[in-house]
Amino acid sequence: MGAKHFGARVTRLEDPALLAGRGRFVDDVKLPGLLHACFVRSPHAHAKLRGCDARAALIMPGVHAVMTADDLPEPMRDTALPLLLPNPALNVPRTQTALARGEVCYVGQAVAVVVADTRYIAEDAAAALIVHYEALPAVADCRAAAEAGGPGAHSDLTTNVASTFSLAYGDTDAAFADAAHVFREELWQHRGGGMAIETRAVLAHHEPVSDLLTVWSGTQTPHIGRRMLADLIGRDLQSIRMIAPDVGGGFGPKAIFYPEEAVIPAAALKLGRPVKWIEDRREHFLCATQERDQYWDVAIAVDDEAKILGLRGRMLHDTGAYVPWGIVMPYIAASTVPGPYVVPSYQLETVVVLTNKVPTTPVRGAGRPQAVFAMERLIDRVAHELKIDRAEVRRRNLIRPEQMPYEVGLIFRDGKPLVYDSGDYPRGQDQALALADYDDFRERQKAALEQGRFIGIGLANYVEGTGLGPFEGVTVRVLPSGKVAVATGATSQGQGTRTTLSQIVAEAVGCRLDDVVMTVGDTAAISQGVGAFASRQAVNAGSSAHVAGQAVRQQLIALAARALDVSETDIDLEDGLATAQRGNKPSIAFGDLARLAQGIPGVSLPVGQSAGIEHTAYYTPTQAAYCSGTHVAEVQVDAMTGGVKVIRYTVAHDSGRVINPLIVDGQVQGGVAHGIGNALLEWMQYDANAQPLTTSFADYMLPMATDVPTCAIAHVETVNPLNPLGVKGAGEGGTIPAPAAIVAAIEDALAPFNVRFAETPLTPERIVATLRAAGAYDRLFAG
Amino acid sequence: MGKQATRVIVNGKSHARVIDARLTLADFLRHELNLTGTHLGCEHGVCGACTVLVDGRTARSCLMFAVQANGCAVTTVEGLAPEGQLSVLQQAFIDNHGLQCGFCTPGMLMTLTELLRDTPAPSEQDVREALTGNLCRCTGYAGIVAAALDAAQRLRGALAKPGSP
Amino acid sequence: MKPAPFDYHAPRQLKDAAELLVRLPNAKLLAGGQSLVPMMNFRYVIVDHLIDLGRLDELRGVAVVEGALRIGAMTRQRDLEFSPEVAKHCPLLAEALRHVGHRQTRNRGTIGGSLAHADPAAELPAVCAAYDATVHALSVRGIRRIAFREFCTGFMATALAPDEMIAAIDLPIWRLGHGHGFHEFSRRQGDFAIAGAAALLDVGADNVVRRAALTVFGVATAPLRVEAAEARLAGKPLDTAAIRAAAAAAWLIEPISDIHAGGDYRRHLAQVLSARALNDAARRAGVEA
Repeated sequence: MGAKHFGARVTRLEDPALLAGRGRFVDDVKLPGLLHACFVRSPHAHAKLRGCDARAALIMPGVHAVMTADDLPEPMRDTALPLLLPNPALNVPRTQTALARGEVCYVGQAVAVVVADTRYIAEDAAAALIVHYEALPAVADCRAAAEAGGPGAHSDLTTNVASTFSLAYGDTDAAFADAAHVFREELWQHRGGGMAIETRAVLAHHEPVSDLLTVWSGTQTPHIGRRMLADLIGRDLQSIRMIAPDVGGGFGPKAIFYPEEAVIPAAALKLGRPVKWIEDRREHFLCATQERDQYWDVAIAVDDEAKILGLRGRMLHDTGAYVPWGIVMPYIAASTVPGPYVVPSYQLETVVVLTNKVPTTPVRGAGRPQAVFAMERLIDRVAHELKIDRAEVRRRNLIRPEQMPYEVGLIFRDGKPLVYDSGDYPRGQDQALALADYDDFRERQKAALEQGRFIGIGLANYVEGTGLGPFEGVTVRVLPSGKVAVATGATSQGQGTRTTLSQIVAEAVGCRLDDVVMTVGDTAAISQGVGAFASRQAVNAGSSAHVAGQAVRQQLIALAARALDVSETDIDLEDGLATAQRGNKPSIAFGDLARLAQGIPGVSLPVGQSAGIEHTAYYTPTQAAYCSGTHVAEVQVDAMTGGVKVIRYTVAHDSGRVINPLIVDGQVQGGVAHGIGNALLEWMQYDANAQPLTTSFADYMLPMATDVPTCAIAHVETVNPLNPLGVKGAGEGGTIPAPAAIVAAIEDALAPFNVRFAETPLTPERIVATLRAAGAYDRLFAG
Repeated sequence: MGKQATRVIVNGKSHARVIDARLTLADFLRHELNLTGTHLGCEHGVCGACTVLVDGRTARSCLMFAVQANGCAVTTVEGLAPEGQLSVLQQAFIDNHGLQCGFCTPGMLMTLTELLRDTPAPSEQDVREALTGNLCRCTGYAGIVAAALDAAQRLRGALAKPGSP
Repeated sequence: MKPAPFDYHAPRQLKDAAELLVRLPNAKLLAGGQSLVPMMNFRYVIVDHLIDLGRLDELRGVAVVEGALRIGAMTRQRDLEFSPEVAKHCPLLAEALRHVGHRQTRNRGTIGGSLAHADPAAELPAVCAAYDATVHALSVRGIRRIAFREFCTGFMATALAPDEMIAAIDLPIWRLGHGHGFHEFSRRQGDFAIAGAAALLDVGADNVVRRAALTVFGVATAPLRVEAAEARLAGKPLDTAAIRAAAAAAWLIEPISDIHAGGDYRRHLAQVLSARALNDAARRAGVEA
């Protein structure tokens, strides 16, 4: 493949409009007669609904409607929102209704919606609505909730255990019985959020002449959203158009179909006017799905040489009040643990527990940060106990490149055996360590200590199943203007989807990047679509763009050969021009070919020519694409305050062939920032009654510019043999190993005090308490 | 309740409106003037997406009522460069991959516009400290910091050459 | 998160402002708005009348009056940050300001607003406590001077009467050559402190401490002068042991606990940061402790 566009550090096509303030986010869409909605939400984590008095709200000037569940259309009124990923291991497949009926099960669950002239008035009216609740005991802690006999997260359930499943291969009992060493760790990772800076947003407009319901939603998955909405309001798919315009960050929580995406269209239909709802930040803290929140109790068996013999344990997953994405996230976590290592035997029992909190669904990393944390903490423990360098322990256990494709022994969440397609994990680790100057770190550490500075280094490896199916489609069409129109069900929340797909299409078709006209995130543009999650778009949409582009290329060549009177092998396509290497007619522009391809009314097309120049491809991957990487974190710890600063961060990343290094580096860097947040700052706290405590950006702390160093990034490109581009996903790898690497680095910095850490976020307070318990301050205050 | 006549000069153009006293400056810009480049990410003054210049100084437009800006000159992202052009800083954002979803970007640009005006030769630490008032969830800040330093250098270069634009 | 409706008043004369405050029911003063407006957006605060002090130019400015730095209540934090008078006469204030929020909030935020809000983790009340500031409370009844020791009466509560507003703050100027130190620990740049310490030391040529002030903040319901520490320092030679002993006195405070930190951690930080602030102050006073 030529390298004119593919692989080039191309600046993004998205940027000029966004920089000029001409982006088009949902809240930027203005329609005549637009009304504004505000939801009334449960202040209780668990309560019976005992009626609602809307009289005071309804008489307020500017208020158009107050709707509760009873006012919703059939079948939405009584139907729970669809469960997107059913699984036979899921015993309690419970999802919420669009507006609560009978019972509310988390703080923030939508009970009613108010529609008014402005959001200001809608909030006034929402405050005037009187909802009668009868409080029920709330379930806040998944560890207690997993035990029998306590209160239920739903009053009609006799258990809070939504699912128990075991992933296993090999003989762990034998491995542990014979092992020279067994080490056990109890670990916890916090509950946090995606926290896109643009909150969720829905605008619905019904146009009666064409009977078309148009819904703008800040979603990662408009095609899926349209399908679910169609089921809930009983309309045909064709009569609904869902558009995800510019979306201000996704990170997972916007892949869910939410109650508001059903209720706002219902309100617009009922009122005959466009209705907009913009989630505010407090709502985002209450209602947008969250993640992490797992308790692990795991043990590793190793021989005297630190070779892994087996790994086993139990994991508890807090899924919140409902399971809109089933058990996919704990399943991913459970199947990610072995990672890049040869683990001969493995057994993990997973218990998925309902609590009275907002549901957990994938957030950037999707269960993998927890799994990697478990594995890497165990390996660090082995290194510590056996007094072997941490990188060396890993090196001894990494899967060798000659073992590829490597079958782990589990079934992944795509339903296929977990088989790593490609990768060179030892090379990745070596590159990361070299770039991080790992070898001379002990000298640097010693010098720092002499100045009274505690610095430490930590590393972590991971393998991530990306590029999940079922498919993504791309249509490529050459227009009479000479432009190349591209439409896809893929979406963009900042990943540069337009740019990367344009690069692939321009490369395949032979046009200028500027000539590609891209439509993403619009169900009207292409019949089938899936959307953004699981770092899947480069693999799925990228491959489809390539296949469709190649097909269009063939059509262009055939048409040009005919028009220029030469054979097809004599045609070159470049910059939107088909050029003949011989003959009298030197060249013809793509636009002219597009006109030729329209034919002449009434005249038959030449044999073999199809209508227009276009092709639609739906690439369907046979399995996940496994990307991998090594992260090395260097931190400085203020032992007196517990303050941690990440002072250097190094990544070696294998996402297969790189389409655009600018964009991949940006994904990695941004992912690391999210990982730093997970490791040190972000913590969605709840009290014992499942009341959320951290519902502002002052209390829930996102990393700032002073918290995230600029990463050094090395690309280890092993070609994925399973898709035509050789690519793997790149969106989440930055986040996944970061907490493990950073906590390891903190431990290393504080090695003089021999302290161990087993949780994230690792707060300064916890560090100080641990140091105090280790007697550190007897020495430090004296010194 | 609480209607007020208010005149605000936005990006050099005077706008007079009778508005609710409680209308925030951000909503005034976005919904009264249709200048939707100013974004709202938190409405409690932390994320910085709504940052604009009020009389030349950065301010959270979610923490000001539009009536407070009566008689003030406000600059928004739309006013950073003439239509169809980009400022040096905006171009540096493209070249250094300083944005992904673009939602926080207008606020970042306003903060950095003030910084580069007041501190023409900022250190990386200066840039990072100035940016603590603006949250970005996509980029991990590296591209933004690089863009700011790059733009500062380009602007200094332009100053050093008299007569250059 | 839109505020509830209110009537807006923007008086141009101080006396009009004072009269409005007496006359209007459920009224609140708007200074820089960087704390009040978020609370209004959350609807934690709902008022019928908002009296904007932003047009009262007489409440702005910095001047030396009667041996003190007099700062108008509506002086923006950002202006104080770059004020040569502040840098010269009250360097502790200048240093503390760099920790107050972010440049965008300091551009709007005022010193008077911060004091009236009286967040126990805020920097400016802590500095005022260290300086033994005097608050000028203005009302239709005239000006009442409130010693800062009496100003903070509890968690986010002040001695201001309902009809009073802060007009100015006097920070007594310490002898030229005194040392100052300010340290706080916050989770991120610009966040409210989990704990902090502000120190002033006047040390004679004989290395004996003539005067000491140590305030810790973020640890209790209001900034706290650590009098036991000051007593250990005053009148005695300044050295490492003295500073360590003084900082240890911070251990005696009764700390608060909340979602950001527990009491034990706060007390630990108070001690650590007191030592750091005192060390800086000693160094700046010309003593290598």
